[in-house]
Amino acid sequence: MTNFPANEQVIQVIYLVASALFILALKWMNSPVTAQRGVWAGEIGMVLAIGGTLLNQGIVDYKWIAIALVLGTIIGIPLGLVQMTAVPQRTALSHAFGAFCVTLVGIADFYLRTPNIPRFVMTVLSLEVILGSLTFTGSLMAAGKLQEVLPQRPLTYKGQNLVNLTLLAVAIVLAAYLVLHPGATLLFPFIVGIPLVFGVLMVIPIGGADMPTVISLLNSYAGLSAAAMGFVLDSKLLIIAGALDGSSGFILSVIMSKAMNRSFTNILFGAFGKVQISATNEAEVKPVRSATAEEAAAILAAANTVVVVPGYGMAIAQAQHKVRELYDALTRRGVDVRFAIHPVAGRMPGHMNVLLAEANIPYERLIEMDDINEEFPQTDVALVIGANDVTNPAARTDSASPIYGMPILAVDKARTVMVIKRSMSPGFAGIDNPLYYLDKTLMLFGDAKSFVNDIVHELAGGGRN
Amino acid sequence: MGSNLIDALFIFMLAAFIGFEVIRRISPLLHTPLMSLTNALDAIAVTGAILMVGEQKSTFSLVLGTLAVIAATSNVVGGFLITDRMLKMFKTSRPKKP
Repeated sequence: MTNFPANEQVIQVIYLVASALFILALKWMNSPVTAQRGVWAGEIGMVLAIGGTLLNQGIVDYKWIAIALVLGTIIGIPLGLVQMTAVPQRTALSHAFGAFCVTLVGIADFYLRTPNIPRFVMTVLSLEVILGSLTFTGSLMAAGKLQEVLPQRPLTYKGQNLVNLTLLAVAIVLAAYLVLHPGATLLFPFIVGIPLVFGVLMVIPIGGADMPTVISLLNSYAGLSAAAMGFVLDSKLLIIAGALDGSSGFILSVIMSKAMNRSFTNILFGAFGKVQISATNEAEVKPVRSATAEEAAAILAAANTVVVVPGYGMAIAQAQHKVRELYDALTRRGVDVRFAIHPVAGRMPGHMNVLLAEANIPYERLIEMDDINEEFPQTDVALVIGANDVTNPAARTDSASPIYGMPILAVDKARTVMVIKRSMSPGFAGIDNPLYYLDKTLMLFGDAKSFVNDIVHELAGGGRN
Repeated sequence: MGSNLIDALFIFMLAAFIGFEVIRRISPLLHTPLMSLTNALDAIAVTGAILMVGEQKSTFSLVLGTLAVIAATSNVVGGFLITDRMLKMFKTSRPKKP
């Protein structure tokens, strides 16, 4: 035991270095040029932290640690190699795994130390298991919906928020009682179990279009539960990493909620998914103009500037590589092609950027909403591929629309608008899009991938003749 | 315990502020890799789980701890791997040395 303090100091210094590397890792993420370095910093920090932990003299046996590390690696590798289109569900699944780890450690900690748990520790321990278990089931639900194992349609019923908030309140009251009466250990399973149910109920009313906000929020919860675990275990490293992750998820949730025009309390209580509105009031059929791939190709080839607006439909159709071919074909003809990225396009923050980067489109061509919106009036053609609500001008003009006030990409300001869409059926949220009925709008009916392919063929043919 | 608690709260507050300031500056271009990176970093909870497994205070804690280490390790490995893959895809057409 004599050399224990020295050893403990060594471990703490290693943790200090690891914490600094984690902060640097995030700092370097601010630019694609330095981001790779950020991953290395994170990896080195992680190896140091795990190595330092293994030095701890409290460890009496390494066998199970080794087995678990190997098994975790075996599971982790395929999760790191998924397709880019599957990244949203992979992310949700990893939030679930992180929360699972935190919850299990919290449960084990409780039964090892009860009933001699100081009140403060019991408070943060409760926070740890409540946040951990609701994040666990909530993230599993989100992953299931994104993978389409579960129905993507939002399930709502009357009094849903009341039921959910009551459940959460019961869990918190039980936890508070346990803090004040440490002998009431029978309550503990409920403090774990009720949030597990709450997590499921919280995500049931969420539709696909709201997933970016939910994933960010669950990210934040996962971080906060890890920070709470840091308080319980008195680990500064965990507190720091948890706080960084918690604030990252929080910032992303705020950005996503602003991009959907949801209030902040709305997110905090998980009361999103309210956009679905019955779309039964469109009785009359309004005329639209449609065009063939040949006509579309001719218009695109004659343009000087084209802005492509990708949405989740592009991801579903796996059309990003065809879009890249279109980009190449137009760029060769001297057309300036850029991409307008709405913050909530896709199923998680930044989803479209990753898909287009995967298709080798240079990232300086991917323009954020606020920057590109000023340029639509000077744009010859706006080509919408698989996006709907984020282009809906009703958000600007129609105060009765459920998405009124939501910031949108101003594609209707472009000189010509082309929309690739399977049919005239309204989008996921069931909201009609007046953009489709404008005189300058041409509807290109068909599957995103095959239609873009047809345009590329037309462009190639036209070039050689 | 009292001073430890206050220290811990100070650390949490400072780290949260650093997180806000650093992450606010991150371009929306990289929000997906950011999330997978913070996921991997968050799996630092593995350190607590490793100690729990190694200390072997009870069979219950050994079993739960082992499962926890497996879950967190898969996040570490998978998280860094996919972040690295994603970032390799972000290319620029500008002739600039990285």
